[in-house]
Amino acid sequence: MPTEEHVLPDTALDVIAPACHDEEEYEMVYHKPSTMVNVAMHYCPGCAHSLVHKLIMEVVEEMDIQEKTIGIAPVGCSVFAYEYMDIDMQEAAHGRACAVATGIKKLMPDKYVFTYQGDGDLAAIGIAETLHAINRGENILIVFMNNAVYGMTSGQMAPTTLAGMHTTTSPDGRDVSYYGAPIKVSELMANLPGAFYVTRQAVNSANAVRRTKKALQNAFKYQQLHKGTCLIEIIGNCPSNWKMTPVEASKFIDEEMVKTFPLGDIKVPKGV
Amino acid sequence: MEDNTNKTAAVKERKVKGRVEIDIQKCKGCELCTTACKEHALALSETINIKGYRYIIANNDACTGCVNCALVCPDAVITVYRTHPKKKPVDITPENIREQLQTMISPSK
Amino acid sequence: MKGNEAMAEAAILAGCDAYFGYPITPQSEVLEYLAREMPKHNRIVMQAESEVASINMVYGAAGAGFRAMTSSSSPGISLMQEGISYIAGAELPCLIVNVNRAGPGLGTIQPGQGDYFQSVKGGGHGDYKMIVLAPASVQEMADFVYLGFDLADKYRNPVLMLSDGAIGQMMEKVQFKPYTRPAVDKSWATTGKPKTRNRNYITSLFIQPERMEQHNLKLEEKFKKIRENEVRFEEINTADAEYLFVAYGLSARICQKAMDIAREKGIKIGLLRPITLYPYPYKRLEELAAQVKMMLSVELNSGQMVEDVRLAVNGKVPVEFYGRMGGMMPTPEEIVHHLETLIQYHHAN
Repeated sequence: MPTEEHVLPDTALDVIAPACHDEEEYEMVYHKPSTMVNVAMHYCPGCAHSLVHKLIMEVVEEMDIQEKTIGIAPVGCSVFAYEYMDIDMQEAAHGRACAVATGIKKLMPDKYVFTYQGDGDLAAIGIAETLHAINRGENILIVFMNNAVYGMTSGQMAPTTLAGMHTTTSPDGRDVSYYGAPIKVSELMANLPGAFYVTRQAVNSANAVRRTKKALQNAFKYQQLHKGTCLIEIIGNCPSNWKMTPVEASKFIDEEMVKTFPLGDIKVPKGV
Repeated sequence: MEDNTNKTAAVKERKVKGRVEIDIQKCKGCELCTTACKEHALALSETINIKGYRYIIANNDACTGCVNCALVCPDAVITVYRTHPKKKPVDITPENIREQLQTMISPSK
Repeated sequence: MKGNEAMAEAAILAGCDAYFGYPITPQSEVLEYLAREMPKHNRIVMQAESEVASINMVYGAAGAGFRAMTSSSSPGISLMQEGISYIAGAELPCLIVNVNRAGPGLGTIQPGQGDYFQSVKGGGHGDYKMIVLAPASVQEMADFVYLGFDLADKYRNPVLMLSDGAIGQMMEKVQFKPYTRPAVDKSWATTGKPKTRNRNYITSLFIQPERMEQHNLKLEEKFKKIRENEVRFEEINTADAEYLFVAYGLSARICQKAMDIAREKGIKIGLLRPITLYPYPYKRLEELAAQVKMMLSVELNSGQMVEDVRLAVNGKVPVEFYGRMGGMMPTPEEIVHHLETLIQYHHAN
């Protein structure tokens, strides 16, 4: 017989679990991946780089491919990526990561090879190497961190800087008549037949992070199909050079960046 | 009795409890997690860590273990624990619901 | 066989795992030959989109522990300088071949030796050196491929073969000697990190000055060992020489003819032909300076190697220079004529 303290709910479908105390079993549902080196990362607070490093390393851990993965670090804020990802890595010259990746993947086609590049690295000085690697359909993953500025060299304009955006080399705002419009790399490269999977994602909210992680999981799986290049463009924030707090920067992505760089799949392989 | 803040009508749902651990020496106080947390369980500390950053402290009573904070954390400083997120729901039919509930609430009886 | 093709065939026999290149006269045959032959041996050959891409593909392959090479001619080699500096800084082994043509700029497709400074003193930024091998025949173009790869692996350093448009294009008999690729420790390569070791990373970045200096000192130690152990040269008729030609590659071949003509005229002249331009045979030249009355450096440029001869000789004897540029070849006769003029001049003074 229920006592007075225990009041049964009115709706039958409301099921109330017994109270959980601290002695109750908690299981760990999320932890920093073991494939990351256990050091503090040098990036600014809120920087998308460290977040994406974490996501890539999560995928490497989950797929158990640490022994088969080789990453190529760019020149830029993430030049020290090899200090944080516990995998074999090569440091490429500025813009040349896709050429370096080609050299590696051609000799070791069964390994997972990915480049990690920023705007200047991939879309300015490295555009030829990027385009030709994708055109050849090199079976690599290109992770393109797009934050619309050159971070490491403190905030110059990038090929992806938004029209009217203020940077140290466009102090009055990017003048489209002089410098051209921001380049939409994903749309450009998706046109190449060698591009197998092209998507643009962000990491400025929990759901965006989940989608980006899924994109990375797909891309790593696709490498074993040997059907072409996977390009994941990730709109990341740069709170320091955008002169915003990380939270403001996340909002800026949703409010401004996605107008020029709409998120979503641009080229999805059929039947995989 | 628990506070029924997680009551979702017409859905069989177990209320789960979560707990987070934060590596406060590596936290940079960027506050991306505080915005991601729906339960408002995270806040910036008053003190600073070794690097001079204010760090995040968690109110684990409010935590549901949804993992959102850890997902958005750029520095991977958050570890999340959760109680049995997918416990098998109790077999309940409208006829015997009162007996089932009684057993759960007062197991000794 | 053509010099370029002999070099390409030797690359295959030397076990070259990958060749990345870009067409440029006068060495496109290398890429063409390898494009036909490498796939037959299951090796990688790729026409990259530029010389810049080529050298970076070599970097990637070398960093992963493979035998990689590229070749180009002067303007293309200029494009590779950044990559070469990175390869040297990251201590990666590889072979680069420069089929030197006359410059500067787009220049001409005729042979030249104007890339001496670029090759030996460093064309890329920073303190580094490449071992530089200068073939003077088609046979040497083949032999130096094996030697180049082996030296590159021995020292974990890029090696440059400095040929030129004439030797690359000339047809001569060549013998491919039997060769076994030596076993080399490649435990530093990025092949994928197993649980049994720490991660490997290939980088030339050492951001703290203390570490950067240590790294530079380590490289200098390596170059010192190279200078002590790898000097190679050829001497002809130096035993009784009163005068000395110093020349490498194509100009050495012309000087050999000039030497024969001069000897017939009674001039006791010998020839020192450096085979390694780095490390340079300073010591041997210093010894010969005690013996001869004058040295004549003959080059297809405006006077580059002559500076190293003067460095070696350190004022003991006059060091003269004779050069032609723009792809013009000096004849043996005109060299002898210049030699006679110089001998007269020095005799009078």
